[in-house]
Amino acid sequence: MELQIKYYGMLAEISQCDEELLNFDGTTGADLLHFLIQKYPSFATKDIKVAQYNQIMDLGNKITSSEIALLPPFSGG
Amino acid sequence: MSRYNRQIILSEIGQEGQDRISRAKVLVIGAGGLGCPVLQYLAAAGIGTLGIVDFDVVEESNLQRQILFGVSSLGQNKALAAKSRLLDLNPTIHIETYTDKFDEYNSLQLLRDYDIVVDCTDNFETRYIINDASVIESKPVVYGAIYKFEGQVSVFNFENGPSYRCLFPSLPEKETIPNCSEIGVLGVLSGIIGTMQANEVLKIVLKFKGVLSGELLCYNARSAEIQILKFSKSKSEIERITKKSSLVLEGGRSSGPSMSKNEISFRDLKDIDTVQLVDVREPNEEPKIQNYMGLTVPFRELESRLDEISRDRTVILFCQHGLRSKKAVNLLRKHNIINTLSLREGAYGLIKLNKIDDDG
Repeated sequence: MELQIKYYGMLAEISQCDEELLNFDGTTGADLLHFLIQKYPSFATKDIKVAQYNQIMDLGNKITSSEIALLPPFSGG
Repeated sequence: MSRYNRQIILSEIGQEGQDRISRAKVLVIGAGGLGCPVLQYLAAAGIGTLGIVDFDVVEESNLQRQILFGVSSLGQNKALAAKSRLLDLNPTIHIETYTDKFDEYNSLQLLRDYDIVVDCTDNFETRYIINDASVIESKPVVYGAIYKFEGQVSVFNFENGPSYRCLFPSLPEKETIPNCSEIGVLGVLSGIIGTMQANEVLKIVLKFKGVLSGELLCYNARSAEIQILKFSKSKSEIERITKKSSLVLEGGRSSGPSMSKNEISFRDLKDIDTVQLVDVREPNEEPKIQNYMGLTVPFRELESRLDEISRDRTVILFCQHGLRSKKAVNLLRKHNIINTLSLREGAYGLIKLNKIDDDG
């Protein structure tokens, strides 16, 4: 399926875009992360949350939305 | 009183709301980029008791975003400098200052006297200590964090709602995420996020609906976009925190919630004469340590000056705030110099240690 993926924080720097359209063949949130780590290896070192329908998802759950957001923690103040 | 007239005439607030505001006790941890706007608006609104925790001093590079300070505050402790500015803004409120670093030893005690905690810190370690202590003490935490042009705001632990660990369960292992002093930040972003935090504090105090509990607000200053992401409570994460409450209460030294094995606190530095101290800061950095007998090797020179590092004594590395010295520990260990530790409180820890020694 085609996914519109939005990246927050340093994830957008790694992917060099705030958003992109990608074809994804997997099923779960974990599959999606695995797929993105192939594309952006340094994602592997980050603590990443995946959200669909504006809700942070359990990585074991199925991706059913075509709009996904990925976010890392921020610490700056 | 005419001071609060413009908010009292709001029918949703009124005198009753103003009384709530003046009875409220709010602890703001960190008086930096986020803490300054939070403190400024809360003091102006008339929050009756404000606690300010900050061990750091005002530097010129802070003035671009830390709007409570001016040239006359340079070199002063941030909590004290903020207090003197805020009392000029509103002398009718009570302000307590704490100039020690907020850590696992003092966290529970500091939180106890307050209704709401505002997390305005600049590092993950303190954020996790704030979260855990607030879960144990049942205090809501108004959280704000920034990264370059983006910010996050949420309210944790509100009426048994989710905590920071329900969102991000554990402290990132590596120093993979740089802070503002390493990567830069736009001053207005900390103003926007800090002001949103002050707004959440007032919503809680005034018992408004729509507090950002279980919701993470993500703001992008360049696109002006806001996305609110919902997240759920994780019972197992909350239990993990409440189970270790006794450790924290007893000030459980190395078993504290977030002390990692490559660090040491100045409180645990017993035999300072038997260790090799290494200052990894640049030579021009303040504060200077009086009667300093150790080595000075700026971090960037460390790898080329390994032969100066002791192989048979414990090596204690320090910098300003304990970040570079942690990197230095990793670097030395890569070169098989294993018996090394980073001083967690940095140069300020050493200064405190000297004071304790002087006082006998």
